[in-house]
Amino acid sequence: MGLFDRLKEGLSKTRKGFVEKVESIFSRGKIDEDTIEELEEILITSDIGIHATEEIANSLREKFKKGEAKESNSLKESLKKEMGLILGSSAPIVLFGEKPFVILTVGVNGVGKTTTIGKLASRFASQGHSVLLAAADTFRAAAIEQLEIWAKRAGALLVKHQSGSDPAAVAFDAIESAKHKNIDIVIIDTAGRLHTKSPLMEELKKVKRVVEKTMPGAPQEVLLVVDATTGQNALRQAQLFNEAIGVTGIALTKLDGTAKGGIVFAIKKELGIPVRLIGIGEGIDDLRDFDTKEFIGALFD
Amino acid sequence: MFESLTEKLESIFKKLRSRGLLKEEDVDAALKEVRFALLEADVNFRVVKDFIQKVKEKAVGKEVLESLTPGQQVIKIVNDELCALLGGAHSKIFLSPNPPTIIMMVGLHGSGKTTTSAKLARLFKKEGRRPMLVAADLQRPAAIEQLITLGSQIDVPVFHSKEIKDPVTLCADSLRKAKLDARDILILDTAGRLHIDDSLMAELKRIKETVSPKEVIFVADAMTGQDAVNSAKNFNEQIGVDGIILTKMDGDARGGAAISIREITGKPIKFIGIGEKIEMLEPFYPERVASRILGMGDVLSLIEQAQKTFEQNEAEKFQEKILADSFTFDDLKEQLKKIRNMGPLENLLGMIPGFKKMKGLSVDEKEFVRMEAIINSMTLSERRNHNILNGSRRRRIAMGSGTTAADVNRVVKQYVELKKMLKMFKGKKGLKLPKFLPF
Repeated sequence: MGLFDRLKEGLSKTRKGFVEKVESIFSRGKIDEDTIEELEEILITSDIGIHATEEIANSLREKFKKGEAKESNSLKESLKKEMGLILGSSAPIVLFGEKPFVILTVGVNGVGKTTTIGKLASRFASQGHSVLLAAADTFRAAAIEQLEIWAKRAGALLVKHQSGSDPAAVAFDAIESAKHKNIDIVIIDTAGRLHTKSPLMEELKKVKRVVEKTMPGAPQEVLLVVDATTGQNALRQAQLFNEAIGVTGIALTKLDGTAKGGIVFAIKKELGIPVRLIGIGEGIDDLRDFDTKEFIGALFD
Repeated sequence: MFESLTEKLESIFKKLRSRGLLKEEDVDAALKEVRFALLEADVNFRVVKDFIQKVKEKAVGKEVLESLTPGQQVIKIVNDELCALLGGAHSKIFLSPNPPTIIMMVGLHGSGKTTTSAKLARLFKKEGRRPMLVAADLQRPAAIEQLITLGSQIDVPVFHSKEIKDPVTLCADSLRKAKLDARDILILDTAGRLHIDDSLMAELKRIKETVSPKEVIFVADAMTGQDAVNSAKNFNEQIGVDGIILTKMDGDARGGAAISIREITGKPIKFIGIGEKIEMLEPFYPERVASRILGMGDVLSLIEQAQKTFEQNEAEKFQEKILADSFTFDDLKEQLKKIRNMGPLENLLGMIPGFKKMKGLSVDEKEFVRMEAIINSMTLSERRNHNILNGSRRRRIAMGSGTTAADVNRVVKQYVELKKMLKMFKGKKGLKLPKFLPF
């Protein structure tokens, strides 16, 4: 099965509903103001957000008035194009710079950080990279054990301290250890934290400072993990994490449910942060590079 | 980021001269904003649509109450309807007449089942019961260890097994064990699962059939978006849900999912999780969540509280003073005392919409003490006439109150600002005087 099919299969439930609704609108043939309003409805229920939705709808309305989009097909193409423009071109994680390539993984509680790291580690390992995981979630009960299990599955090394210890110290040790062992990639797991808790965000800033000091140029990637079922609050999450430590990419998890993850449109539009990865299942290989064309295509085809 | 709904509605109704009845076009304009606010708060699209229709029917033609502006009147109707939709306070887990009472926790991945299970167990233990936790999440790596760790923190036993691979068997075994150990509460922490995963949903059904829990609790993340209706509907239809616990309410999500889930399942929201720490589980109050979703602070309860604290005649006396422009430092002191009587300042300030936007007002409780000390160090004539407060007087006041000249300056400045503001109320015709200070 090709990547495209795999993605489509993973997204099939996402597609259901969204596509059925869009198709039913488009298949009516005749297009009027009601059609656009109904389309608005679909966009909102995809968590795309009212603001992005309005922008898309207004742009379609313009085309509709100018007579550029009279038929269902041209409207559909317009919609795809509008959505594609917001998301921009695909931007997967690209390894660069000196070894190790350090990925700092952050996010609120329960979005799937540890699982995403496990899958990511396994993917890098299968590509022939050496990977080291840093168990810097020293807060949540059994978080270290959870990462340990994933490290074993992925064939990655693990640096851990005791539960309750300083996460920045774990990050430091992990990078130092990776340097000595000539490891390619270090992925740092951090405790889930709500973006509104300033002491916890300060702690995260410290982790980043220590990483920067330990290895100039690192972390090369700051990955914010976002749960696709999250609504408009995901934008706030992205804003505040970005303000605190500078987010370079999004991993969108739990896309195998019925949630559409439309909030990534708002995140890209407001903050310019691209989606790098999507999680489309619980299996170890169910983490994929995000591809704008495929993502939007899979939604509509 | 969010403009308060109250502000938006006030600006819509500003143009309105006539009071009397609420007209359809005004209600429509107001409800457009309400719709926006609800959607921004992640209330499901369909739920919003029905809700707006319901409110419109109630609002059009309604008389505007004497004490309210048209905007406030619409908000009141919206708020009442929201509270009705969210249901009364139901923060009670029903206990079974034949112990143990079995509580089964279900929900999506990462909604907070494990943490919430432990929080509930702690609550029961505090009530003097003998709870037992069951680590029935055999999917997520280290989920069992997590529950064991939490259990040891609250000194509640955790039933677990590395050998049993089937959660149905595990739950059945745990029931036997609970009976043997005379445990009166049994909390099953099941694995997170997608509502469209048929085989895993069937597994939950089997657990339910095997142990027949008294309550099935659907644990949902307060940050959930439009999809909340899908998962809640599926869990309720396939498993049957008795109550809901909303988690992660300590963030800044509006929590519109509460409305969606409540509307779609018709089941009560029993508790809310307000932090990672194990004691952070609170009863659910519909009013608080309603005003949070609307983004209007707890305006209504603030008004209520203010009314309780201020005797009617005192309020009138205060109004007279403002009208006579004779608001003195003594009056300020008096008002400060009243405000402090209304409860912890921080809670009070949180209730006021748009508070963060106001400048020069600090949340520091000590600030009030300091202000009082400064006023106490003034002579009677200084309290009546701030204009005579020159540098040397201010220095003396600072020494007397154990503060600095800068502190004194700030209080004087705040007083002058306040006086100016009160004057404005006096100057504007038709503007209702506030019954309490506009802090």
